[in-house]
Amino acid sequence: MNRIEPHIPGGCSVAGILNEKKGFIKGEQIIKMITVMHERSNGLGGGFAGWGIYPDNKDDWCFHLFFDNEKSREFTEEYLKHDYEIMKKEEIPTRKVKVIDKRPLIWRYFLRINREKKNEFYELTEEDIVMNSVMKINEEFEGAFVVSSGKNMGVFKGVGYPEDIAEFYRIDDYQAYLWIAHGRFPTNTPGWWGGAHPFGLLNWALVHNGEISSYGTNKRYLEGFGYRLMLQTDSEAILYLFDLLLRKHNLPFEIACMALAPLLWDEIERMNEEEKQLLKAIRMVYGSALINGPSSLILGYKNGMLGLNDRIKLRPLIAGRKDDLFYLSSEECGIREICPEPDKIWAPKAGEPAIGELKL
Amino acid sequence: MKLSFLYPEFQVIRDESKCIQCEVCVRQCAFGVHTYDKDEKKVTSDNLKCVGCHRCATLCPTQALIISRYPQDFRENYNWRKDVIRDIFKQSESGGVLLTSMGCDKEYPIYWDKLLLDASQVTNPSIDPLREPMELRTYLGNKPEKLEFSVKNNSQATVNYKLLTKLSPQLELETPIMFSAMSYGSISYNVCLALAQAAKILGIYYNTGEGGLHKDLYKFGKNTIVQVASGRFGVHSDYLNVAAAIEIKIGQGAKPGIGGHLPGEKVSKEISETRMIPEGTDAISPAPHHDIYSIEDLSQLIFALKEATCYTKPIIVKIAAVHNSASIASGMVRAGADIIALDGVRGGTGAAPTRIRDNVGIPIELALASVDERLRKEGIRHRASIVIAGGIRNSADVVKAIALGADAVYIATSALIACGCHLCQKCYTGKCNWGIATQDPYLMKRINPDIATERLVNLIHAWSLEIKEMLGGMGINAIESLRGNRLRLRGIGLTDTELKLLGVKPAGESL
Amino acid sequence: MKRIYIKEEYCMGCRLCEIHCLVAHSKSKKIIKAYKEEFPRALPRLIVEQKGPFSFALQCRHCEDAPCIKACLTGAMHREKKTGIVSCNQDKCIGCWMCIMVCPFGVILRDIKEKKVATKCDLCPDEDIPVCVAKCPNEALVYEEK
Repeated sequence: MNRIEPHIPGGCSVAGILNEKKGFIKGEQIIKMITVMHERSNGLGGGFAGWGIYPDNKDDWCFHLFFDNEKSREFTEEYLKHDYEIMKKEEIPTRKVKVIDKRPLIWRYFLRINREKKNEFYELTEEDIVMNSVMKINEEFEGAFVVSSGKNMGVFKGVGYPEDIAEFYRIDDYQAYLWIAHGRFPTNTPGWWGGAHPFGLLNWALVHNGEISSYGTNKRYLEGFGYRLMLQTDSEAILYLFDLLLRKHNLPFEIACMALAPLLWDEIERMNEEEKQLLKAIRMVYGSALINGPSSLILGYKNGMLGLNDRIKLRPLIAGRKDDLFYLSSEECGIREICPEPDKIWAPKAGEPAIGELKL
Repeated sequence: MKLSFLYPEFQVIRDESKCIQCEVCVRQCAFGVHTYDKDEKKVTSDNLKCVGCHRCATLCPTQALIISRYPQDFRENYNWRKDVIRDIFKQSESGGVLLTSMGCDKEYPIYWDKLLLDASQVTNPSIDPLREPMELRTYLGNKPEKLEFSVKNNSQATVNYKLLTKLSPQLELETPIMFSAMSYGSISYNVCLALAQAAKILGIYYNTGEGGLHKDLYKFGKNTIVQVASGRFGVHSDYLNVAAAIEIKIGQGAKPGIGGHLPGEKVSKEISETRMIPEGTDAISPAPHHDIYSIEDLSQLIFALKEATCYTKPIIVKIAAVHNSASIASGMVRAGADIIALDGVRGGTGAAPTRIRDNVGIPIELALASVDERLRKEGIRHRASIVIAGGIRNSADVVKAIALGADAVYIATSALIACGCHLCQKCYTGKCNWGIATQDPYLMKRINPDIATERLVNLIHAWSLEIKEMLGGMGINAIESLRGNRLRLRGIGLTDTELKLLGVKPAGESL
Repeated sequence: MKRIYIKEEYCMGCRLCEIHCLVAHSKSKKIIKAYKEEFPRALPRLIVEQKGPFSFALQCRHCEDAPCIKACLTGAMHREKKTGIVSCNQDKCIGCWMCIMVCPFGVILRDIKEKKVATKCDLCPDEDIPVCVAKCPNEALVYEEK
């Protein structure tokens, strides 16, 4: 893919809906949420991620891909054939939208890991194999980019207002038990669809409003664990941090959030001895994972959704609940647009995660 | 008597209209520059003896004295400079190794002055350190790669998890600055006391250097790093156990490859007791540790020290910054060091051969960049913290050092300047007029430890405030988010190779 | 009552205390004038005793039971009621030097250049703290109540 742009900081909008009983939420709900916050974007990026959208292929790894041209698609497909069994492949259906003119080829491939290849990889988990493929394609294959790589989920994004992107990708045709969405306000002019949010990897997708001042530190820390950061965006770094802490290091969600947005030393000193030692240890060991700088993010994953602010809450984030539904939004209007009378609506504290999980 | 070719280096310019013949200068100069002529009823000065320490000029109650360079001019010669010629004159008279003190003063590039810092604007707010919390706390030591937890099932607790991983011992610093090794012997007892007291007040550490630890300073053990150098001066079990950490000194930036040197004139009764050597003998440390001839020997010593202290203290290994620092550092980490200390070519010393001080070693900025990068590439960066030393002059140097990858810095020359040192480079004579680098009882009194402590505390406090300002300007409120964050640095006036070695982009390039 | 005490471990024998005491008791109170243009020169009221590396500044102790007051024939040497300072009224002093002979510290001086009177440390009544304490570069002199 042509990666021409420098680091693009964001002032943006984020939104998310989760049905904790795994009931289906129509695409138009998330579209409404993000559209009402139109003023927070400037038309240079928008995107959606949905979980539960491919019930017929729910056990296959689904890669959403951008290609510059047919040649890069064929090249990539050759590689995929080698490591995977291609169960299904097709262009992602889109509508013609006047404002969206320059667009890449957009495909989705449903893959199963080739058994022979799997044995070759000894101790690698399925996730590691998939992650390596994604990084390989993104780093080495000219004109190809993996947008998302999860099971029964997908990321739909591009350059345009979120409502236009929704129209383009026919989001209203889909149903999911979890949706997240993003509208972008970058300060440079990107030309590249891959730079929009959400950022997806495996079953994770992340949307982010903010600019992290610790990016350089986080990047070098992640590179030490084999992650290759190529997009120059904060979302990529944050998602990889979550992947590292949650999947590779197996940390509980609350602990991972304490590492990314820890309490101040003053506050830690006032806690009881056992908790003090625990929080000190987290800051000592995971200091390079600390996200400094304004940030509100929504992480979507197979079993739920997490909203988190930076440790001094320099960007907005509101959470809400009604019956089985859990909402997250940059602004309250996003929630009230589709749920005028929530049971509970609150602003999570700095550094405290707001978590919704499937209860089955 | 042979003719000496040496002429004065400095001249004392006395404003006769201001001089009140009070003789303070006469009494204060240990080099005997000033004398009172009874017949003429005037103070006169012998320029040949002046070393340029400014003691007389500072104490003169009427500011009647100016110390300036003696304007003896040679015919211009780019190759045969004044100082080069002078050194040959000296050596033809003495037949010996030229000695000097403090750090390399030659015109090698200073990379701190070629690095610029970032600030946040618009897209990311800068933070005001006077109104928002700004955290400088730093922990030095071996950290595990990850932590393990178990669930507590106690809904009353704020944190419902129990930490299972046991952490290695750590040093806790309230600000990422420590006082570097200066041996008792090279400096006077009062300065050691001031360093210890200041370290305690500031919540940081000071380093005993290779002179052992004076018994009256044991009470500052919690803020003391004791050194085990090649001479093993003053090393015994109490010494090791009273300290917060132990530093194995393999080398120092001022004189890589050779050991410490304390001239016999400075070995008084107290020094002799503390170092466990006879009074009046030269204390010359061996070049290598004679039980460390390879990396596995170092590992043996590290673990011997850990055993002797029951694994309760981090072990620091200090090396001079030389060409293959990165490989040596990697070996040190794998040998069990908890903290790596790197000392660059600008590092100071009480006494060193001039040629070694000025020609051996590399600037600390380059060594730091390569060590940090190498340890990260090998995936072992978390196993040891990096502390750097060698000419850290101000808080901007500290911030740049942390951005390049250091966990903390050691300062020594800056600390001594805070106490009164004027860098005359005559420490090896033992005649320090400021009372710092001397064991002469008359001169030692000139350092009042209470005043010196206050000055050191002021210095570190001022630097910490400045560091907070710079961090806030970058939109960072915890120092761990700056560590290794080279994207917040830009190089200016650096070649492509230097930019690559430092791992920074040139000024003008955005991310 | 606050008195001047010396920390001899910090006295470096520079004698700046003597110089500043002299200036404080001179006519012009300016150092260069006091030394170069005033004749007779003023007297410093403290003495720095020195032997080898040991030195200390010594001045009138303003003793509670001052022998000099007892020995004074004219009553010139007296204690100021408000401050407790032992002071010599130079209008009454006849220069008999009995005070000098009885002073156990030897800190009273003969001022014979103009009149013939006894003179000594007066704890600088016009200053917040005595000048020698303020100007000691090593804070070896302290002004405190013990």
